[in-house]
Amino acid sequence: MTTASSTDPVPNRIHARPVPRPGRWIAAAIVVVLAAMAIHGLVTNPKFRWDIVWAYLRDVTVIRGVGWTLLLTFGSMVIGVVLAVLLAIMRRSDNPVLRSVSWFYIWLFRGTPIYTQLVFWGLISVLYPTLSLGIPFGPEFVTFQTDVVITAFWAALLGLGLNEAAYLAEIVRAGLGSVDKGQEEAARALGMKERTILRRIVIPQAMRVIVPPTGNETISMLKTTSLVLAVPFTLDLTYATNAIGNRLFEPIPLLIVSAFWYLLITSILMVGQHYLERYYGRGTGSEKPRRGGPRRPRSGRQAAIKASGTAKDDPFLEVTP
Amino acid sequence: MTGSATPMVEVRGAHKMFGDLHVLRGVDLTVAPGEVCVVLGPSGSGKSTLLRCLNELEVLTGGSVRIDGELLGYREDSAGVLHRLHPTAIAQQRSRIGMVFQRFHLFPHMTALENVMEAQVQVLKRSKREARAKAVELLDRVGLSDRMDHYPAQLSGGQQQRVAIARALAMDPEIMLFDEPTSALDPELVGEVLAVMKDLAAGGMTMVVVTHEIGFAREVADHVVFMDEGVVVEEGAPSAVIDAPTEERTRDFLSHVL
Repeated sequence: MTTASSTDPVPNRIHARPVPRPGRWIAAAIVVVLAAMAIHGLVTNPKFRWDIVWAYLRDVTVIRGVGWTLLLTFGSMVIGVVLAVLLAIMRRSDNPVLRSVSWFYIWLFRGTPIYTQLVFWGLISVLYPTLSLGIPFGPEFVTFQTDVVITAFWAALLGLGLNEAAYLAEIVRAGLGSVDKGQEEAARALGMKERTILRRIVIPQAMRVIVPPTGNETISMLKTTSLVLAVPFTLDLTYATNAIGNRLFEPIPLLIVSAFWYLLITSILMVGQHYLERYYGRGTGSEKPRRGGPRRPRSGRQAAIKASGTAKDDPFLEVTP
Repeated sequence: MTGSATPMVEVRGAHKMFGDLHVLRGVDLTVAPGEVCVVLGPSGSGKSTLLRCLNELEVLTGGSVRIDGELLGYREDSAGVLHRLHPTAIAQQRSRIGMVFQRFHLFPHMTALENVMEAQVQVLKRSKREARAKAVELLDRVGLSDRMDHYPAQLSGGQQQRVAIARALAMDPEIMLFDEPTSALDPELVGEVLAVMKDLAAGGMTMVVVTHEIGFAREVADHVVFMDEGVVVEEGAPSAVIDAPTEERTRDFLSHVL
């Protein structure tokens, strides 16, 4: 067959029949049948009570639960991120006291279950009936009733945030460590102060490494908030839907309601994560310049060749089964 | 003031130890204002270490460096005791010394223009407008006015190194240090970087250049220093050191690179 279009830059373009792959069609057919069976089972089984699911999807208590769950998720992540950056910078410090404190914090909070920690924060007012600001073993300036300051919500928020900080600190540390030492040196040679170097040069580049796992941590945190009944905090999505389910003696439709909301929020977070990753990935050579240049840069050509996947840099790809 | 008598760079008895490794073994170096000094020598001779000591990226174990008469990194009191300067004061000293690295070290998350603006805004506290105008002017001077909005990954090695030179020049440095600026480049890109450096030398910039480009040294240098095993073996005009070396080690080195 000869091609009709005279614009084809390849005059002798190959038009070959592809290799027949009947296995692919069989596998796809089996999977489609299995999926249809699953959907059939979901829709036709009356015990799912889709009417109740539909009715309670927009119930005021459920929506409030969604609100509290979101507040706990983002609140604890903010606490976690701020503390984690602090801990990671302490870990890099020349000061051995700061380094050890950071190590101890991460060891303690990563080494104990979040459930245990939440119960502990719930019991803090039993352990310390009053909180006071003052000098250790010296005079006290202000004193609070613990159960007034640390309500169930704050206990849950602190418990989740302090635990998360330990995990995020390791992520931030890996991110800061991933930035080439030459970057710091170049910035130092320009007369930048250490703090400016961290803020303007190191952290923005570390973000490329930090953002993807932090997005995963946020999604994970969304679901970890369901453990706050350990405090006990009783307004979040899981507790609210469970309570309704128990009241109606219909636990299954209410489980579906909470699952629906968790899935919806997770999906929205995934979209947000995609854009964040794209923003912090800028300058890594995959995108076009902001204003178009006349010639394609060399690295762009090289990147295009690599991206085509036909030229393998990795010799082991050829031999590993 | 002593005026023209003050050298731009004055290194006295520089020693540098990395653990047990004695890299610099008593180096003296004087560079006059406006002079182009090229440092030659085999790898491991300590020439890059010497250059890095000129802006405190490495701290000397012994000896002293003065830039335009000012002691680098320390304050000397009337009793002759040295006091280490605060990091902020050292950063301030560094801001007047431009440095260009072998591996460019451009900031990859910033465009060429932002790379040249960054330290102007953060260190010299220039307004964004002023910094942008200066950056545009310098990028034009190194022949990259059509590449200002490209990220470093979208530029060739030669283009990246020219942006790095513009970035250092944006600080209005009194002196420029070059650490093997062409060693990481493909051969066909070396010329464009050397052309910018020649232009800079012709403009009267004081430069200390560590390089293997003997042609550049012969053409541009006022003063060539040959180092080996942490000491200055031979120095003088390029016609003397390169074309008529008196030391055996210099002759041996040149016979390998020429």
